[in-house]
Amino acid sequence: MSTPRLQLTGITKRYPSVVANSDVSLTVMPGETHAVLGENGAGKSTLMKIIYGSVKPDEGTVRFNGQAVHIKNPQEARALGISMVFQHFSLFDTITVAENVWLGLDKRLSLAQVTQSIVTKAAEYGLDIDPQRPVHTLSVGEMQRVEIIRALLGNPQLLILDEPTSVLTPQAVEKLFVVLKKLASEGCSILYISHKLHEIRELCNACTVLRGGRVTGVCNPAQESNASLSKLMIGAEPPQLTHRAQKAGAPVLTVRNLILPREDQFGVDLEGISMQVRAGEVVGIAGVSGNGQKELLYALSGEDVRSAPGAICIDGVDVSAANPARRRKLGLHFVPEERLGRGAVPTLSLAQNLLLTRREAIAYPHLGGGWIQTGQLQAQAADIIARFKVKAGGPHSLARSLSGGNLQKFIVGREMDARPKLFIVSQPTWGVDVGAAAQIRGEILALRDAGCAVLVVSEELDELFEVSDRLHVIARGQLSPSVPVAEATVEMIGEWMSGLWDDEVQAHLAELELVAALDEEGSHAQA
Amino acid sequence: MLKLEARPEPSRVWTYASPLLALLITVAIGTLLFSALGKNPLKGLEMFFWQPIHNAYALGELMVKATPLLIVALGLAVCFRSNVWNIGAEGQYIMGAIFAGGVAILADAGTSRWIVLPILLAGVLGGMLWASITALLRDRFHANEILVSLMLVYVAVQVLSYLVGGPWKDPMGFNFPQTKTFDVVTRVPRLLDGSRMSIGVLLALAGVAGLWVFLFRTRAGFALQVGGLAPAAARYAGFSSRRALWVALLISGAAAGLAGALEVAGPIGQLTPYLPAGYGFAAIIVAFVGRLHPVGMVFSAILMSMFYIGGEMAQSRLGLTKSLTGVFQGLLLFSLLACDTLVNYRLKWQKTGGR
Repeated sequence: MSTPRLQLTGITKRYPSVVANSDVSLTVMPGETHAVLGENGAGKSTLMKIIYGSVKPDEGTVRFNGQAVHIKNPQEARALGISMVFQHFSLFDTITVAENVWLGLDKRLSLAQVTQSIVTKAAEYGLDIDPQRPVHTLSVGEMQRVEIIRALLGNPQLLILDEPTSVLTPQAVEKLFVVLKKLASEGCSILYISHKLHEIRELCNACTVLRGGRVTGVCNPAQESNASLSKLMIGAEPPQLTHRAQKAGAPVLTVRNLILPREDQFGVDLEGISMQVRAGEVVGIAGVSGNGQKELLYALSGEDVRSAPGAICIDGVDVSAANPARRRKLGLHFVPEERLGRGAVPTLSLAQNLLLTRREAIAYPHLGGGWIQTGQLQAQAADIIARFKVKAGGPHSLARSLSGGNLQKFIVGREMDARPKLFIVSQPTWGVDVGAAAQIRGEILALRDAGCAVLVVSEELDELFEVSDRLHVIARGQLSPSVPVAEATVEMIGEWMSGLWDDEVQAHLAELELVAALDEEGSHAQA
Repeated sequence: MLKLEARPEPSRVWTYASPLLALLITVAIGTLLFSALGKNPLKGLEMFFWQPIHNAYALGELMVKATPLLIVALGLAVCFRSNVWNIGAEGQYIMGAIFAGGVAILADAGTSRWIVLPILLAGVLGGMLWASITALLRDRFHANEILVSLMLVYVAVQVLSYLVGGPWKDPMGFNFPQTKTFDVVTRVPRLLDGSRMSIGVLLALAGVAGLWVFLFRTRAGFALQVGGLAPAAARYAGFSSRRALWVALLISGAAAGLAGALEVAGPIGQLTPYLPAGYGFAAIIVAFVGRLHPVGMVFSAILMSMFYIGGEMAQSRLGLTKSLTGVFQGLLLFSLLACDTLVNYRLKWQKTGGR
């Protein structure tokens, strides 16, 4: 048997409040695509940071190609032949692809040489990218290609990818897998971090499962089922949801030709969005992040009130100019994607955070904004904590002391408990463990069955197919027509995510690209 | 080697212990300072920490200085908690004094004692007016409130100089740039015989209670603070950031103006160019050392008042410069900022070269 490419033995890393890794061992052979599977908080990221040298383990040894190594920093890791593609890209928006790559390399190479090697690498692996384009004009998938090319320029023997598909369309995932399979066939080892079981089963030929910082299983994912893998990952099988068919009622949310220019430079213009959500139905909006979801949600929640009169109606009332508080009075409750800092104030207690959107504990509301009845507020918070099974010290716990999943349960609970007429939620289960995710999805369906109109914006297609009655797709600030979930397929939604839902849209996009190309030529001519 | 390690939760103990440790460090450095100046350090410390409290009269004087500091700081706490950086309380204080002086100047021996009420109200109005300029420029033109409020301090100083040197100059004053001494009926009622303490002390204490209720029991106060802690959350909740700006600046302007009125219609009794005593700036330190908490600021106001009196004592009894007041204020603020690190971090011994 040959020498393992990477061998970790007994790795332990403690932080003041948590043990991130406890006696973790992991072996990766040359040419192996090895999955590291685990829920959020299972210790995957810490383990990868240890391999990449940005975190030092308290105990344990790292062997690379049989040699014991002490990797002090990422530069040393790269010198050894270890490259990493992070989940969050480290690219500067305002400069070109080639300049971004050049910045990360040593300065012996000229920009022209770097550009040339990008073109060569890109051609070799079929990663289509123009090195001259400024990064802010790239889609998220293209940015990831830049990161991968940057990693490949070091001719790595081990490539680490952290949740690489969370920002990709299904088609882009296919393309990525082709590249990774080619790399593996050339002898490069790949560490693939994910919690998406079907991807791991398709791509990887070995798998280490982490739970609570410990290894709970080593297996060949191709020989396992989703159920057996998720049992290793969470210790139980997730409950199945029942989705009963129901007749939708009167429209609650009506959006008519919503046009909104971007607020910040790298945002997206909303180009004529129209949709309707009726009582007792769940409408899902799919799409790769950064295609206008953020802007649409700001406009719907009332955090952005620049919409034209008549563009947004709740229950027949024009709310285009109404602030979030007024829309809330009409029955709109909204759970934003960012929990800390937007959905909750990190340094305030859970009870105090109720006051952001709830008024039940306010007495004399017309007297200087109202008097806070602290006893009632505590009781109300305790109630939500119990009902939604939030793991927290109590109503006094600071919002930031909760894990992401528990805070999400609290915020979702806070908004659902208000018995909304219209419930809008963005990324309901982002960073939430499998058990809590199932609970939140179940609550969304219960709300629908109780006659609430629900709008779910999510990047997780599985989730949307599970909870929605109808699906829209948002791409480059435009919204597709809706399709009943029963008639939708993953392939079709995936194509729509690239903006391809009818000829008119395609023509428009082609025109946009032409303009961009002309701009570029113009700027080249000037240069 | 000593190493700082992030705490999982901010330490409750150090939230309270940090100001005390900062005070100890200030005293220690003060001791060194007195030795370096060739004075007996015990004598020096006595001036700052014993003389101001050694008898009833001294305590009264301590309160006379602590009152304006506390009133201004209470208003500033509202601003700082809502992320509005009003650095110009000094200007609002001067403008309050000018407005109050403008009313007081009209009084003569036949005027009712109730004139005090309009005097104080005029002071409040003057402070609010001055603060509203900052609010308006910030609101309409996104001007930086730090710069605007600070610059307006110097404008207020010039307005004061113009008035006392021109239209309001005392005709019987031998051409000194000052107004006439206000008639005795305008004087803010005193609390006790034999002390200069006025009902301003009571107003300040009422302000402490009022601020506590506003911050911790009303929804308006809550909304204001959310804007300071997490602007995106305030936007999400639908709390208006414009309203927060106006409310915070008007409250702190009113407080600073009231302090100015109490001062001009109290211990000073006339408008002079020497009116600005730096209370508006010192109150910034009072607010932060008091943790922006109404009760905490009572203690920090008394402490800062000790520094004022101690500085004067050190000048008259030990022949040291009065600037020592500023040195002590600065030392305290810097030590506090340093000690506050311990709220979020803990010190840990670590063997060197181990990693």
